[in-house]
This record gives sequence, C-alpha cells and structure tokens, in this order.
Amino acid sequence: MFEQTDPNQIQLNCEGQLKHYLTTEGLSREILTEILDTADSFVDMGEQQVKKVPLLRGKTVVNLFFESSTRTLSTFELAAKRLSADVLNLNISTSSTSKGETLKDTLMTLEAMHSDMFVVRHSDSGAAHFIAEHVTPKVAVINAGDGRHAHPTQAMLDMLTIRRHKGDFAPLTVAIVGDILHSRVARSQIHALRTLGAAEIRVIAPQTLLPRHIEALGVRVFTDMEQGMKDVDVVMMLRLQKERMNSALLPSESEFYKLYGLSEEKLALAHPEAVVMHPGPINRGVEIASSVADGPRSLILDQVTNGIAVRMAVMSMSMSGQATEKQLQLKSGE
Amino acid sequence: MNIKIQGGRVIDPAQQLDQVTDLYISEGKIAGIGNAPEGFNAEQTIDATGQVVSPGFVDLCAHVREPGYTIKGTLATETQAALAGGVTTLVTPPTTNPVVDTTAVAELILERCEDLGKAKVLPMGALTKGLSGQQLAPMHALASSGCIAFTNAREPVANSLVLMRCLEYAATHDLLVQFQPQDASLTAGGHMHEDTTSTRLGLNGIPEAAETIEVARCLTLVEQTGVRAHFGQLSCERSVRMVMEARERGLNVSADVAIHHLLLTDENVNGFNSAFHLIPPLRSQLDRAGLRQALISGGIQALCSDHQPHEAAAKDAPFAATEPGMTGLETLLPLSLMLVDQGLMELPQLLEKLTSQPAQILGLESGTLQTGAAADICLFDPDASWTLTEEDSFSKGKNTPFMGFTLKGQVTHTLVDGKLVFQR
Repeated sequence: MFEQTDPNQIQLNCEGQLKHYLTTEGLSREILTEILDTADSFVDMGEQQVKKVPLLRGKTVVNLFFESSTRTLSTFELAAKRLSADVLNLNISTSSTSKGETLKDTLMTLEAMHSDMFVVRHSDSGAAHFIAEHVTPKVAVINAGDGRHAHPTQAMLDMLTIRRHKGDFAPLTVAIVGDILHSRVARSQIHALRTLGAAEIRVIAPQTLLPRHIEALGVRVFTDMEQGMKDVDVVMMLRLQKERMNSALLPSESEFYKLYGLSEEKLALAHPEAVVMHPGPINRGVEIASSVADGPRSLILDQVTNGIAVRMAVMSMSMSGQATEKQLQLKSGE
Repeated sequence: MNIKIQGGRVIDPAQQLDQVTDLYISEGKIAGIGNAPEGFNAEQTIDATGQVVSPGFVDLCAHVREPGYTIKGTLATETQAALAGGVTTLVTPPTTNPVVDTTAVAELILERCEDLGKAKVLPMGALTKGLSGQQLAPMHALASSGCIAFTNAREPVANSLVLMRCLEYAATHDLLVQFQPQDASLTAGGHMHEDTTSTRLGLNGIPEAAETIEVARCLTLVEQTGVRAHFGQLSCERSVRMVMEARERGLNVSADVAIHHLLLTDENVNGFNSAFHLIPPLRSQLDRAGLRQALISGGIQALCSDHQPHEAAAKDAPFAATEPGMTGLETLLPLSLMLVDQGLMELPQLLEKLTSQPAQILGLESGTLQTGAAADICLFDPDASWTLTEEDSFSKGKNTPFMGFTLKGQVTHTLVDGKLVFQR
C-alpha cells in the first residue's frame, strides 16, 4: 500500500551523487569507496605545511550540536576550516530549545541566514533525516550522530583506518565489541563493512546490550568474547557509558570488564596482526585495558587523524552534490 | 419527520438482512423495512440506489480531546468527522483534562454533545481518580451520569491490589471495564515495535511482552472478580489468543482492534515518518496476520478507529519527539472496506464488526435497523473513489499516513435519531 522506496535515497541527487550524508545504510560501494579515496588524499594534505584547500570557500557551515561533544565537534570544525569554509558552532542544548523553540524553527532561522551546510548531532534517532527531508532540503545535511541510529562519519573514518592498515576488506573478520544496543557507531559500521565486502562481521556483547534481531543486519552474534575474538583481524571496541551501570543492564563495571573488556589476554586470541580501534572517549579499565589502548596494535590516534580527512571528504562531496542539483534544477526551469 | 430511504442495499447484520429494499423512518426510529408502515407518509425521500444502507457505526475508541486539548480536536469538529465517516456513536476515553473522574466532566461532555446534535458521544469514566492508579474513581456516580464503561486508558494501575479492587467494585455494579493493556515499565521510552526495524532505525522498542504481560494480569483478575471486560486496540497476535482462550473458558470478555493494525506493520516506520508513530505500535507481519485471522474467526468482535487527532506541530519533529496516534474516524469505512476488497470477509460480516457487535459489547440497543430501534443510519457508496485531503477532512487533526491517498468507499448520508445530520 505504501511504496517501500529506500528512505536513504534522499541522500543522493538525481545524478546519484551524495547531497546529504545521513547514514552509511543504502549507499553503494562506489560512493563509500569515493569517500575513502577522497579522504585518503586529504590525509596526506594534513601533513603538509599549508593544510587548506579552497573547496568550500565562501560557504557557511553551521555545526549544530544538540548533544554535547568535544571530539566530533572539533574535528568537524577543523575539517570545515581546512576546506576554507566559514564556520559557526552552535551548542543548542543550552540555548534555544530551553526557550521552547522547536527544532524546525531553529533550523529555519539558520537557513534564513544563508547557511550552506548543517552538521547535526541530535539525541533523537532520525533527526538528520527529518531535517534533510522536511526542514531544509536545500542545505546539505551531515549527520554527526543521531540517537542510536547512525554516526556515518565515525563509521567511515573507521573504514579508512582499516583500509590504510589492511588494504582490502574482502578477507577481513571484524569484531564489534561492547554496548551494541545504544550504539549508533556500531550500526553505521555494520552497514559500511557489509557494503565494502568484509568477509565476516561479528558483534560481541551480553544479551542486555544487544538490540533485538541484530543478526538481521548481517552479523554473527557472540555472547562469549573468548569465542568471538578467535582469528579476528580488526577489533572495534565501543564506549560503555558510565550511566548504563546504574540501570538494570549490567551488574558492575568489574564484571563487564572481566567478560567483555579488551585485555592483553583476550587480544591474544585474535589474529597475530589484529588491530584495535575505539571511537573514543575511552573508559580505561572498563572496556579496554590501558596497555592495549596505548599498545602497538592500537590505531586509536590514527582514527582521530583520519576523522578530519573523512569529514572533509563528505563535506566537499555533499556540497558539490547540492551544487550539481541546483544547476540541473535551474536548467530544467529554463 | 417521516423519511423513506429508497432502493438501497439494506444490510443489517443483527437481523442477517441483506437485500435491496426501502427503509422507513418515523419519529426518530426505524418504522419498517420493505413495506411502508400503515399510514406512512414520507416527508422526505432519500434515493439510495447503488448505495449501502447500514446501521450507523459504533466506534469503541475515538479521542475527541475536549475538554483540555482543544488544539487537537473539539467535540464539534470530531463529532462532525464522525458523521462524515458514518460513525453515529463513539466511545471516548477519559484522558481529557480534567480527566473524566467526576460527574461534572462527564455531564459537560454529554450536554455539549446534546447541544451539538451530531454523533452520539459516550464517555468512558476513569477507573481510578486522576487515572493515577491509586484510588477508585466514583464509578457508580459516573455511570449514573452517563459513562458507558470504565478504563484507566494507558495509564498504569501498577498496584495489583488496587486493580483487583477496581474490578470488584465494577462487578458489584455490573459495569463494563475496558482495558488498553500496556505494561508501563516495558513501554517506557519506547516508540515502536521492538524488532528488526527498530534495531535498524535505532528507535527504542516496545516489546510484545509490554502488551501480553498486562493482558495476562488483567485476565487473571477478571476471572477472579467476574467483571465484564473488554480489551481495546490489541496489537499482538498472542494477546488476542489469550483473550480468545479466556472466552472459550467462559469468561465474559471481548476484544477489538484498530483498523490500521490490520493494514500496516512496523516496517512502515522505515524512513522515520512520524505519521506511523502510534501507541500501541504497529507490530510485525505475523501479528497483523494473526489479528486478521482472529477478526474472521470471531476472536476479535469489533473494529475501531482509535482516532487520535493532533495539531500539526505534534507530528513535525524527529520521530521519537512526536506524539503518537493517527486520525481514523473519516477513514474507518474505506480502510475497513479494504478487508472486503482483499477477500478477507464479505461486506455484511465486516459491517457486523462496525455495528451490532460493538453495540452488543456496550449493551446498547442501537447498531441495528430493527423496527423500533433509534434511526442511526449511514448510507455509503462502496465503490466511490475519493481522495483524502486536508481541506476536505472535518477532523481538526490531519495526522494520518493516508492523507493524499485515493480511497474506495464513501459515506454519503448519515442520520442520527432519524435526522439527516450529514450529507455529501
């Protein structure tokens, strides 16, 4: 009765190019690879004396963070500045929503200031879709994390980190460990890994931290970490928020660490060349041992560096996709 | 006023009547079918050629929002929407502001509806004061002032002793209790059915157990207290099966389902369309199939609209931040006719679920075209195609996923107590 068109197609313009970046789900392998290739070129640029390119010169990027964040916000800000954009950071959680202004009103006000791109973080799943579809379709929307739904730039910086260390995805077994239930990162990682062709994706967690029917996303579920770690090439740890400890999800930090924390012993079960990743911020001794986080297999700081490059890539691609669409609309209007 | 409804296909499930004939109305009541009563002189004749003449629909749950939430709907707008949908009697939950826990509020609603002279509104009274689940509401007084049944709606009565006392008290006075079963702790923070789609979308799920646990608890206490009980707007196949089994054991229980739960599933939430944000949530395909089966087998006796109008802003936000519910009065007939179109049931069988069965659950004498019954009637063209638009819909709420759809089956005339109160 209702046509089941892929709702994620609103990310693409009529030429099939990215114009919003909301989720890794439903994006083709070609687009994901284009993001990685573009980001790769920006990684190298970051090491040069002059770190700026003029791709977004004259454009206004607004970082709209309805949830607090230091790391993601600052890497988005740096990414926009390295693309030569003008950047406005808004921490909305403390301003207008407390005055009763709706999300829609806030966005429309900012659109009226001729913003070209919104980078949005929001605690409601689907917030970025809502903005791109119903509020400001002509402003490029980049999802910087929505509820438990998606965190697509985090996922792609993880993919870039994997590709730069392992090359091809095809032979890889990747394990995602920890609080899958509340994790937008895990969901975006799973979609990206599947599309990029990873051989096997595992999730490792107790049942209380696994969403219902997660296996339908194409993953193997392990509740025993020692089994799940066997022969893994990439271990992606997730952050366990401290407040989860006070709910009925887990008995204690120490029990969680004992069963699902990444210790040297558990890492030893993985492939000898396995690498370790974590989206940060890290809870040392809760989900990961300090010696592992700071150890030779850890790629955690590479992830941060790659994060800026991936954000530059999706920002420049989305802006160019919006421009192409506007040109085509102008032409068809003539 | 004497009215003759001429040449329509008269369907009255209560009398197992289905034939093309004439219907006579006199002094607000049905005066006869087929042959004119002696001395009948029609002051008005309605040509019903090609139309179905049915008892007006009896809707077991429709929110009208007044008093308290008139930004969403008023008695005037929603009873007009009811008439446009062929609904002549609607049962409203006590979740107004103030709550229907005093006779003053019940009387206010009833008097205002009497003045409006549109569809008949039968308020349900609160089971507990303020719906807070702690103290019994004055059920006997409320019933005396016109409350048709008692419910705590979706507010929890967490204390099972309090719930048992409520049911005992209702049983004492032979009052009907309606459950809208929902376990508070399993529902809290949830926005859709917990399954693959909620996992993909990262929306907090409401597990099936949120409904079945409460159905089980209520059934246990119904059995113990012997109260007459109705389960409203069930969404899970398993809950319906539990109610059916209780019925087979001889308990005085019945069940209804909202029409949209027979047509939609949780997969419709894909894309975060807030029009599909409903409580109870749209469930799985298996649940939908089970509910449909139960409707055919008689395990579910009635279809309702579960009409919940909202102002536009209530739906204009990210999914989880929107308010649940959709309008349903004006789409009740065309959506129900889809079940006939899909070959699930015949038209008379469907109309039974919209007329005589819900009337029987409530203990009303309406819902039929028997001679002497109140002339609450709707005429509809089962084949008329029409498009649902915001401009043409009467409800104050425009929040339905079917907005803009071309639907089949449209009400043309509605009569309440023998008065033609709606005509298209």
